[in-house]
Amino acid sequence: MGRIVELLAAGIPATLAVTLGAFAIGLLGALPLVALRLAPLAPARWLAAALIDLLRAVPPVVWLFLIFFGLPQAGLSFAALPAAVIGLGLIAAAYIAEIWRAGLDGVPAGQRDAARALGLTPLARLRLVTGPQALAIAVPPLGSYLVGLLKDSAIASTIGVNEIAFRALTESQQSLDGLRVFLITGVIYLALSLPFGLLARWTSARLQRQVAT
Amino acid sequence: MTATAAPLASLLADWGEWLPDLAGGLWTSVRLGAASLALGLPLGLLAAIGLTSGGRGARIALTTLVELARGVPVLVLIYLAYFGLPRAGITLEAFAAATVAIGLSVAGYSSETFRAGLLSVGRGQRDAAAALGLTPAKQYRLVIVPQAIRIVLPPLVGLAVQVVQLTALAFTIGLPELLGRAYNLGSITTEYLGVLLLATVLYLAVLVPLSQLAALLARRAAP
Repeated sequence: MGRIVELLAAGIPATLAVTLGAFAIGLLGALPLVALRLAPLAPARWLAAALIDLLRAVPPVVWLFLIFFGLPQAGLSFAALPAAVIGLGLIAAAYIAEIWRAGLDGVPAGQRDAARALGLTPLARLRLVTGPQALAIAVPPLGSYLVGLLKDSAIASTIGVNEIAFRALTESQQSLDGLRVFLITGVIYLALSLPFGLLARWTSARLQRQVAT
Repeated sequence: MTATAAPLASLLADWGEWLPDLAGGLWTSVRLGAASLALGLPLGLLAAIGLTSGGRGARIALTTLVELARGVPVLVLIYLAYFGLPRAGITLEAFAAATVAIGLSVAGYSSETFRAGLLSVGRGQRDAAAALGLTPAKQYRLVIVPQAIRIVLPPLVGLAVQVVQLTALAFTIGLPELLGRAYNLGSITTEYLGVLLLATVLYLAVLVPLSQLAALLARRAAP
C-alpha cells in the first residue's frame, strides 16, 4: 500500500506541471480572445466566437492526439509534456475567455459611466474600475475551472506523460491489482483538488472584500 | 494551382477510403454516449430527490457519493471499472465498463443540475400537490418534475456534449470508437494528421449541432 502511494505520488509533479502550465497558457491566451470577442468590428467578434467554439467542441484527448501524433507530419514535433500543456492550454484559453467576458459583463453599467465621467482613459477604466470588479466575479468560476483542469490533466497519460494516471496504469498492469491501485489514484486526485478549491474560495473572499460596495 | 490541388485531392481520396471505418467508430461513440446518459440521468435525478427531500443521513451519504463521482478523473473511473472491478469479481466488457464509468460521472454532474431544477419549483406547487391528496410519487411525476424539466433541459444538453467528448477516452480500454479507430488507421497508414483531422470533422458533425442546441435552449430559458 505504502509502496503504491509512493509510486503514484512521484507522478504529482508532472500532474501539477500539466495543470498549472495549461492554466497559465489559458489565462494569457484568453486575453487576445476576449479582446477580439468584444472588438467593435463584427468580423473580429465572429472569428473569436468561432475559434472559442471550435476549441471547446473537439474532445480534449483529440486535440492532444492532433498535436502529438498529427503535427509532426506538418514538421512540428513536441515532446509529450509540452504537447499536453499546449493542447489543454489552448482549450483553457477558450473557456477562460468566456469567464473573463462574463466577468466584464457582470460589472454594472453605472461603474463604466462613472469612470468615463471622471475622465479616465479606456485603459485606466479597465485597470482601475471595471478590471478589478470583473476579476472578483471571475475568480470562483476560474477556481472551478482549475479543479476541472486538474482532472483533465489525467488525459495527458494517453500520450505518455509520466503523471499520476500513467503511473497508475503501468503499476496496475504489473501488480495485477487494479482495484487497489485505481482506488488510491482516485483518493490522490481528490486530495489534490482540495487545496485548489480552498485557494479559489480564499482568493474570492479577499477580492470581494477589496471591491465590496 | 495544380501543386496545391494535388495533395488536397489525395487527402480527399484518403478520406473517402477511411470514412466507412471512422463512421462506424462514430456510431459506437454515439451509442456509448447514449447508454451513459441512459444510465446516469435517472441516477442523477434519484440522487437529487434524495438530496432535496431525504433525511440528514441520506443527504450526507449522497453528497459524498456525488463528490466522489465528480472529483475523480473520468479516465481513472474507466480504468477502475475495466481493470479494477474484475478483482472484486465483476468483469465487464469494454463497452459496459465505459458506460458504467461515464454514467457514474453523468449521475454526479446531473444531480446538481436536477437539484437546482427541483428547488426552482416553488414551495406552493408542492403544497398544492400535497393538498390535492397526490401521493409523493405522483407529486413528483405530475407536478414538480414537468416544471423542473424546463429549467434543467439546457444544462443537460450541455452535459450531453461533454459526454460525447468523454467517450473518446474509451479507446484506452480497447473500445473501437471513433478515436480508437482513427489511431489504428493512423498507425497502419502513418497518415496520422489526415486521419485525425477526419475524426475531428466527424466529432464536430455531432458536437457542433448539439452545442448550438444547448445554447439555443439556454437563451430561450433565460428571462
